Amino acid sequence: MNNSIEISVKNLNLWFGKFQALKNVSIDIQKNQVTALIGPSGCGKSTFIKTLDRMNDLVDNVKTTGEVLYQGTNILDSDTDVVELRKQIGMVFQKPNPFPKSIFDNVAYGPRVHGVRKKQNLNEVVERSLKAAALWEEVKDRLNESALRLSGGQQQRLCIARLLAVEPEVLLMDEPASALDPIATSKIEDLIYELKKDYTIIIVTHNMQQAARVATNTAFFYLGELVEYASTIDLFERPRDKRTEDYVTGKFG
Amino acid sequence: MEAKRRELVPLALLWGAGIATLVILIVILVYILANGLPVISWQFLTGEPALWGQTGGGIYSTIVATLAVTGISLLVAAPLSVGGAIYLNEYTKETPLRKVIRQAAEILAGIPSIIVGLFGFLFFVIYLAPITGGWSMISGGLTLAFMVLPISLRTSEEALKTVPTELREGSLGIGATRWQSITTVVLPTALPGIITGLILGVGRAVGETAAILLTAGGSLNLIQSLRDPGRPMTLNIYDVLTEYRDTTTAYGTAAVLIIAILAITLITDVLMNNYTKKLKGL
Repeated sequence: MNNSIEISVKNLNLWFGKFQALKNVSIDIQKNQVTALIGPSGCGKSTFIKTLDRMNDLVDNVKTTGEVLYQGTNILDSDTDVVELRKQIGMVFQKPNPFPKSIFDNVAYGPRVHGVRKKQNLNEVVERSLKAAALWEEVKDRLNESALRLSGGQQQRLCIARLLAVEPEVLLMDEPASALDPIATSKIEDLIYELKKDYTIIIVTHNMQQAARVATNTAFFYLGELVEYASTIDLFERPRDKRTEDYVTGKFG
Repeated sequence: MEAKRRELVPLALLWGAGIATLVILIVILVYILANGLPVISWQFLTGEPALWGQTGGGIYSTIVATLAVTGISLLVAAPLSVGGAIYLNEYTKETPLRKVIRQAAEILAGIPSIIVGLFGFLFFVIYLAPITGGWSMISGGLTLAFMVLPISLRTSEEALKTVPTELREGSLGIGATRWQSITTVVLPTALPGIITGLILGVGRAVGETAAILLTAGGSLNLIQSLRDPGRPMTLNIYDVLTEYRDTTTAYGTAAVLIIAILAITLITDVLMNNYTKKLKGL
C-alpha cells in the first residue's frame, strides 16, 4: 500500500443518539484504486461511507468526532461546503434511484444544477457520461424516454452516468449490485473495473466474491470497528484477526 | 345451513350501510339536478338579478363573486400551504415544533365555519376595513383562506412524504442544493398530490356559506373591484330562500354549483392521471 492517498480517516467515531455506530475508525483510502468494505449487516460499513460525503447529515441526532481528511481539509468541519464536497465525492445507492425524468435529463441533471445551460455542452456531457457508464449503446436512440422504463441494471448504470457527469474524484458505492440479477451485476463489476483508471472507488458489499473480484484493498468492519484492512488477497487468504478469518471463511455473517 | 343463514343478516346490514351512502348521494344529486337543470339557461347564467323584492333573474353577479372569493382564498392559501408543507417535510426534522404546527392545522380544520366567519368579520370587516373595504370580496376571500389552508397543508405534506428519500439522496448526492432538489425533483414528483389538496381546498371554498355570510356582504350588484361586497352562489341560495322563498333560483344556483364542483374534480383527476403516467414513463 504505497500509492498516493485520496482520503485519510483518523479516529472517526459516530453516534446515532446514544448508539455508537463507528468506533475509532482510522483508514487510508488509496487514489485510483477500488477499496471494498465488507462485514455483516449493521457493522457500520454503510454508515462509514455516508460519512465521506456527509450524507449522514440527513439523519436525525448524529454526532461525529475525529477527522476525515480530503484534499487537505477535514470534511467533518461544520464550515465544509457540502454541496461542493458532494460534487467531488459522489454516491451510488443500493437501490437504483433515477429521477422520474427522461434518460437525457437524468444525466444532464448534475451539469444543469451546476449551471451548464448550452444544449451542445449538455449533449457532449451526456454522451460522454453514458459511454463511460457502458450504457450509451443501449440507450442512444431513446434518450428522451423515461428513465423508469429501463431495467434495474440499466437504471443503476444510468445513476453511475448521472454521477460521472459532474466529474467527481471519488465514487462511493453502497451495495450497488445488491438489487440486481447476476448478469446485471457482472456488468456493474466490469464497469467498476474500468472506472478505477480514472476514479477512486469505495464499494460496500455483502458479497465477498464481489470484493475479491473488483477490489485492490479490502476492509473488514465488525460491530462498528475496523477490524482489519489489507490488500484483498492478504485479507482473504492470510487474515490476521480471528474475527476476519471466521467471517471470510463463512463461519458467520 | 343454520350458521350460513345467520351470516346473511350482518352481511345484508353491512351491504345496506354501504349502499346507503351511494343512494343518499344519488338522491341529492338527482333531486337538485332535476329541479335545477330546467332553470339553467344562457339568460340565467349571464343575466342580471331580479330587482329588489322580486324573484327570478340571472345569477351572473353571484358566479363572479364566487370566482372572486375562491380566487383570493387560493392565491393566499396555496403558497402558504405548499410553503408550509415544504418547510415541515423538507427542512425540519421530527421536532416538537413540527408536531405543534401539524396539530394546529388539524384544529384549524375542525373549527366550525361560523366561528372562522366571526373572526373574519371582526378582523377583516371591522378592524381592517380601511384596507379590505369592510364587507368585501377581499374579506370573504381571506376568511376562506383560513379554511382552505389546513386542508391543503396536510394533503401537500402527505404528498411530499410519498416522494422516496432515495430521490432526494440522489439529487443531493451529486451536489444539488436542497432548494434545487426540492424544485427540480421533489415538487414535480409530489405535484399530483399537491394539486389534489388544493382542489379539495377549492371545493371547500366554493361550497362554504357560513364564513362568507359574515364577511362578503351580500350585494347582488356585479362587483366592480375586490373591495366591493358581493354575493357568492352559496350565499345566494341561502338569501333567495330565506328572503323570498324563491326555490327556482335556489335550485338553479345549486345545480350550477354542483356541476362546477363535479367538473373541477373530474378534470383535475384526468389531468393528474395523465401527468402521473408521464412521470412513470408509461
